[in-house]
Amino acid sequence: MHKARTNPINLFAMHGALILYTIIALFPVFVILINSFKTRKAIFREPLALPDADTFSLIGYQTVMKQGDFFLYFQNSLIVTVASLFFVLLFGAMAAFALAEYRFKGNLWMGLYLALGIMIPIRIGTVAILEMMVATGLVNTLWALILVYTAQGLPLAVFILSEFMRQVSDDLKNAGRIDGLSEYTIFFRLVLPLVRPAMATVAVFNMIPIWNDLWFPLILAPAEETKTLTLGSQVFIGQFVTDWNAVLSALSMAILPVLILYVIFSRQLIRGITSGAVK
Amino acid sequence: MPRIRWHIVVFLAPAVLVYTAVMIFPLFNTLRLALYSEVDQARVFVGLQNFRTLFGDPIWSEAFWNALGNNFWFFLIHMLVQNPIGIALAAILSHPRLRFAALYRSAIFIPTILSFVIVGFAWKLILSPIWGIAPSMLDAVGLKSLFAPWLGKEEYALTTLALISVWQFVGIPMMLIYAALLSIPEEILEAGEIDGITGMAAFWKIKLPLILPSIGIISILTFVGNFNAFDLIYAAQGALAGPDFSTDILGTFMYRTFFGFQLQLGDPHMGSAIAGAMFAIILVGVCIYLFGIQTRLRRYQL
Repeated sequence: MHKARTNPINLFAMHGALILYTIIALFPVFVILINSFKTRKAIFREPLALPDADTFSLIGYQTVMKQGDFFLYFQNSLIVTVASLFFVLLFGAMAAFALAEYRFKGNLWMGLYLALGIMIPIRIGTVAILEMMVATGLVNTLWALILVYTAQGLPLAVFILSEFMRQVSDDLKNAGRIDGLSEYTIFFRLVLPLVRPAMATVAVFNMIPIWNDLWFPLILAPAEETKTLTLGSQVFIGQFVTDWNAVLSALSMAILPVLILYVIFSRQLIRGITSGAVK
Repeated sequence: MPRIRWHIVVFLAPAVLVYTAVMIFPLFNTLRLALYSEVDQARVFVGLQNFRTLFGDPIWSEAFWNALGNNFWFFLIHMLVQNPIGIALAAILSHPRLRFAALYRSAIFIPTILSFVIVGFAWKLILSPIWGIAPSMLDAVGLKSLFAPWLGKEEYALTTLALISVWQFVGIPMMLIYAALLSIPEEILEAGEIDGITGMAAFWKIKLPLILPSIGIISILTFVGNFNAFDLIYAAQGALAGPDFSTDILGTFMYRTFFGFQLQLGDPHMGSAIAGAMFAIILVGVCIYLFGIQTRLRRYQL
């Protein structure tokens, strides 16, 4: 395609535009990261300079370590995200299999019912969700968050996974049935391994919004021992507004885990988005 | 009497139960709570009284229309800035002779993975007159006179926050449009080339009509996302959405009403009423998209 000559000036302009936008996208992150390693004086004197032997300082990180329980927050975020993803994938795949595999009365309606939640944000029901969590004693537990994120992730998961399950060959499943496998075994042993790529797509789609959410941790689990990393850094920064070293270090510590996860999963994420999963 | 195939029930039950109990039921319960009020510490049915207060009482209605208007402005900036930039980036990235496309793509997507808290504070620091990164950078290109404490000025704060949000989320339209552009078969472009349609003309005349459905999806995703936005404003400006409520949108308004702030006590019933209004707005938007736009967009069989 396009054997037709591409004007080198055009190519140059395209790289120029992309480099400019990449700089715009990365500049704030870069500024925060480099300044978190500098002394207070250097932060203000030369904000754009890299830290050197004179200006290098870990004072901000020391404050963060002493004052905030970032390890606990990180652990909470990790538990909530992993558990929610596990339930979204397990329950989502099971429901998707039922909808894709069996003809039964109400199949279409069930599919539509589960798809409703794709467009309607769960936040609208916050008042009643909080009331329910208070009534069941789940408020200020990680379970409250896990339940909410599971419910939030299910509609899209069922939708995407059932599309993929329809493509699994019937011959394979019927062969399994002739061999006397139960429907459960067919699902867990034969079908699930085949839709693993789709499961990965669903997982990366859900991971970022869950990890970054501020609304539900703020409302359902604001207690010190259940704070997620997002809420914890928000509260910490609010208290230390004037301590620039601490604020910059706290921001960097919130950025780094996500950045590392992104480097690991970016291939999967980008392939997931571009595979046309959201069509 | 047909026998019940229990495995279907077992497969469906967990998802349906969690989804119904934690999402659908609270949604309707919230709409129901909007019809109640608290009188002498007891919950009393008051019909549409809360909505009458919300739209009729000058104090409430002013706050509501302010938040709604701000929300529309917030959405408009996303449509006018975020989506065109996203489409332009995707168009450049999908050029077949471009090298390092994967690298650019991954880098430009980085802001999207960061939390609102990080984004809000990072920009607050960068735009802060105390730190002076923004003024000194403008100074370097001779535009220092343009600098103002944007987040602190009523007339600029909302636009500034909308642009920050655009900066954060440009990766999403970029990725979706990029995927749509890649799925256009080469034969179509080659056929156009034979007819002499190349370069920019090929984009406007061939590719753009083919990706219109994706642009429609991005618009509705932007709409729903913007009308339940909250986090960025809360992280950058606090629950009061200052200065003087100039950055208040429906999400922050609902949060303040529900939880209370400063001297005002939280009121779950008025909060539910605002949630009901948000629900109606999102529903209208989704319906306009589903019945007005999506059915009229021509889908080309590729």
